[in-house]
Amino acid sequence: MCLGVPGKIIDLKENYMAVVDVNGNQTEISIRLTPEAELGQYVLIHAGFAMEVVDETIALETMQYLEEMLQYE
Amino acid sequence: MNNGKKYQQDLLEGILSADENISLMEVCGTHTMAIAKSGLRQILPPHIKLLSGPGCPVCVTSQGDIDAIIELVQNEDIILVTFGDMMRVPGTRSSLQEERSQGSDVRVAYSPLDALRIARENPQKEVIFLGIGFETTTPAVGLTVQQAREEGVKNFSVFSVHKMVPPALELIFSDPEIQVDGLICPGHVSAVIGVEPYEILAQKYNRPCVITGFETLDILEGIYMLIKQKQKRQARAEIQYRRVVKPEGNPVAREVIARFFEAVPARWRGLGVIPDSGLKLRDEYADLDARKKFNITEMEEVPIKGCACGEVLMGKIMPAECPLFGRGCTPLQPVGPCMVSHEGSCAAYYRFTPAKGRS
Repeated sequence: MCLGVPGKIIDLKENYMAVVDVNGNQTEISIRLTPEAELGQYVLIHAGFAMEVVDETIALETMQYLEEMLQYE
Repeated sequence: MNNGKKYQQDLLEGILSADENISLMEVCGTHTMAIAKSGLRQILPPHIKLLSGPGCPVCVTSQGDIDAIIELVQNEDIILVTFGDMMRVPGTRSSLQEERSQGSDVRVAYSPLDALRIARENPQKEVIFLGIGFETTTPAVGLTVQQAREEGVKNFSVFSVHKMVPPALELIFSDPEIQVDGLICPGHVSAVIGVEPYEILAQKYNRPCVITGFETLDILEGIYMLIKQKQKRQARAEIQYRRVVKPEGNPVAREVIARFFEAVPARWRGLGVIPDSGLKLRDEYADLDARKKFNITEMEEVPIKGCACGEVLMGKIMPAECPLFGRGCTPLQPVGPCMVSHEGSCAAYYRFTPAKGRS
C-alpha cells in the first residue's frame, strides 16, 4: 500500500501543484511535501503527493521494476 | 554477467554461508510481495527464516472499524471514498464491495484529493474519505484536510484508521513468544520517519534494523547487512535504501502529521490495542473528523471463526499453518484480510507458492 511510483515533473502549477509524467501518462500531483522539487526532476509519488525527490537513473530503474511487479498483479 | 548480477550472486553466497540460526521479519506489504515473488524463501536454508509482520495497513485494520464504516455507508446521503485495497475486506457481515452492489455509494480513489473533488462536485452529499495507511500515507490526508479547511468545503470529512509503524515493532520485539532477530524495515514509511525510531528500537532491544528497498537486489543486501550485524554482535539501525531514504526522513511530512493528527491508542487486528499507535484528527479539526461528525462509537470486535490472521500478522505462524489457508480461504474467496489484500502475507504466499508447497 505504501508503493511509490516515480514520475518526472513536466509542469509546475500554482498552489504547489505539478504535472508529472509516469510512464507516458500525465497526471497532476501535489508537491507540498517536497517544496524543493524542480521542473525536470523525478519524484516518488504516493497517493497523489510527491514524497521524495529521486535521482533520474534510479527512477528509471524503479519504473522498470514496477512494470515487472505489475505483470504479477 | 553484468555487475548487478555478479553483486547479486555475491550477496546470495554471503547470505548462504551464514551458519547461525536467524529469523528476520519484514513489516511492509510491498516487501511481502517482493520476497514472495523473488522465490527467496525457497532458496534460503531452513536456519535463515523470513517472516512477514504487520506491514499491510488493510490487514491490521480492526474488524470493529470495518463494521463501523460498513454501517456508515447504509446512509444514502453518504459517499464513502477509499483506496481500492479496502473494498473486499470482510467485516462481520459484509464488505464495502458487497455494500456497493446493494446500492451504497462507495468509490475508489487514488488520492485523498480525489475525495475532496467528489465533495465539491456533490454538495448535497456528505463525502467521507476512509483514511487508511501508515506514515507514508498520513501526510497526504493531513494536507487534504488543510485544503478542505482553506476552501471551506463543509461536506467533507475523514474517517481515520491511520496507524504508526514503530509502536507495532516495539510490541513485536517485546513479545517473548516471537523469535525475531532483526527487522527488514519498510522503505517508504522510513522516507518519512527517517532512521531515528529504529535506532531507539535497535538499542533498546539489542536487535539490528535495516531500512530496505524493494528490488530483489535491495532485499538481498538488506538481509546480508542484518546477518553481518548479527555475526558481529551489533544492533544498529542502518539504511540500505539510501537512494530514497534520508537519515532525517522527510521533516515536512512529519510536521504535517503532527499538525493535523494526535497519537491515540488503536486496535490492530491480531495485535490488540497498542498505546499511541493510532492517529486521530486533532480537536481543531473536529468538524472534518467523520468519527465525531457522525457520532461513531467503537464497535465490538467479533473474531472470524477459524481465521488465524492475527497469528500470521505477528509472525507466530506461517500462512500455510492456518487451518483455512488454501482450503476455506483463497484469494478468490478470502476469509481473512491477509488473503484479501494483494499485499497480505497469505495472498502473497498463495500466489507465489506452487500448489504442492502450500500445505
